[in-house]
Amino acid sequence: MSKILVKDKDIVVPGEILAEGMDNLPGTGTYREGENIHAGQLGLVSINGRAIKLISLSGVYQPKVDDTIIGKVIDVTMFGWRLDTNCAYSAMLSMKEASSDFIPKGADLNKYFSLGEYVVCKITQVTSQKLVDISAKGPGLHKLRGGRVIKVNTNKVPRIIGKQGSMVSMIKQATGCKIIVGQNGLVWLEGEPKSELITVRAIKKIEDESHLSGLTDRVKVFLEKETGTKLESNSR
Amino acid sequence: MTYNKRDDGRKFDDMRKIEAKVGVIDRADGSAMFKFGNTWAYAAVYGPRNLFPRFLQDPQKGILRCNYNMMPFSSSSERVRPGGSRRSKEISMVTEKALLPVLNLDEYPNSVVDVFIELPQTEAGSRTAGINAAAMALADAGLIMKDMVSSVSVGKVDDKLVVDLDYAEEAWPEGDVADTPVAIMANSGKVTLLQMDGIISKDELKELVKLAKKACQKIYEIQKKALKDKYKVEKNE
Repeated sequence: MSKILVKDKDIVVPGEILAEGMDNLPGTGTYREGENIHAGQLGLVSINGRAIKLISLSGVYQPKVDDTIIGKVIDVTMFGWRLDTNCAYSAMLSMKEASSDFIPKGADLNKYFSLGEYVVCKITQVTSQKLVDISAKGPGLHKLRGGRVIKVNTNKVPRIIGKQGSMVSMIKQATGCKIIVGQNGLVWLEGEPKSELITVRAIKKIEDESHLSGLTDRVKVFLEKETGTKLESNSR
Repeated sequence: MTYNKRDDGRKFDDMRKIEAKVGVIDRADGSAMFKFGNTWAYAAVYGPRNLFPRFLQDPQKGILRCNYNMMPFSSSSERVRPGGSRRSKEISMVTEKALLPVLNLDEYPNSVVDVFIELPQTEAGSRTAGINAAAMALADAGLIMKDMVSSVSVGKVDDKLVVDLDYAEEAWPEGDVADTPVAIMANSGKVTLLQMDGIISKDELKELVKLAKKACQKIYEIQKKALKDKYKVEKNE
């Protein structure tokens, strides 16, 4: 006799039995032992028909192919650059992938990216040993000049971006700041000093309150109060 | 004089007052606090993160590094010398071995998960409180874990089998004392830590492990509640 013992959106702890019997399928974050499906981490239950999976709520960034991230140059080598990615593994940016310009043989690579600079890049490859290759060639990928970089919880990044980028474009509209959100939990922003501060606070607010309902409305009220401008309602 | 009644009025299979909270250290990737009466443990988990020195790296899987530390003013008897000692090194190692069976670090080759256990106040049972806090902190850090670990010390004071010894019982002067810290995986019931200090018979030890299992089940419920409480509001989405 199969049955699911948890409800959708329940919080479960590692080892907790989610379902009994062979009729249900273990998804990501879960595992089967004997006839039962157990939770393999702390997370939010998501039931889709017979499949049960967990959405993680915490944890550091794990590199994934095609993620757009913000990296910091930590080393310049013979063949390219090594970037810190705000996770356990640093990424390699090769000369070929760095720029659409031709980089002549023997050129000083510091001219392109030097130590301590931030770069928006895309992960092109991750190996089993977590060697990460990235590319800074492509639309929207470039070196970051000026502005500031803040760290946020990686698992909250989708909430900061919002549905089809609605949240981040609302902040952009209200503060006039340029914002780039990396999947690895680094956010770059640039604008007037005052509006930069408002943006930082707005992002922190999203991070802290992402689990409460009516987030978009509250952020909108916050931004209207801080900037003193009226935002047009984007009720998509 | 035989030991008929516990000094603090508990029943023989009662534990001290337990308190647990998750998410007590903001800058850590996962953190938790666990108290057995006057024994307080705080655990902070960092990582998986880059591991140096490099020769410690394991290309097969990530490693777990535990650090158990009693603060200088924490002890109920003498002042503890700050820094590592033979004792703290041993307890760090057994903590690591108690937690490792539930963790799956295959996804994090060449990296490390650091667990720091700090004890601001202790009165016996510190390694078990530390393991309880660390297990919660690891879960809070979002790591892949197949089970939780709960831990309690059981033992024999004079001729009575007791659960969760306090300092007065551990130092009971008028008879035999045996102190046996046990850590158990909550769902599978497997034992991940079993140490013994003192003299005890085989049958009594078997009885003690049974008592520990029962107590660990209670601790597991408290750990589970603490973890769910941190994220409780997320349900209102």
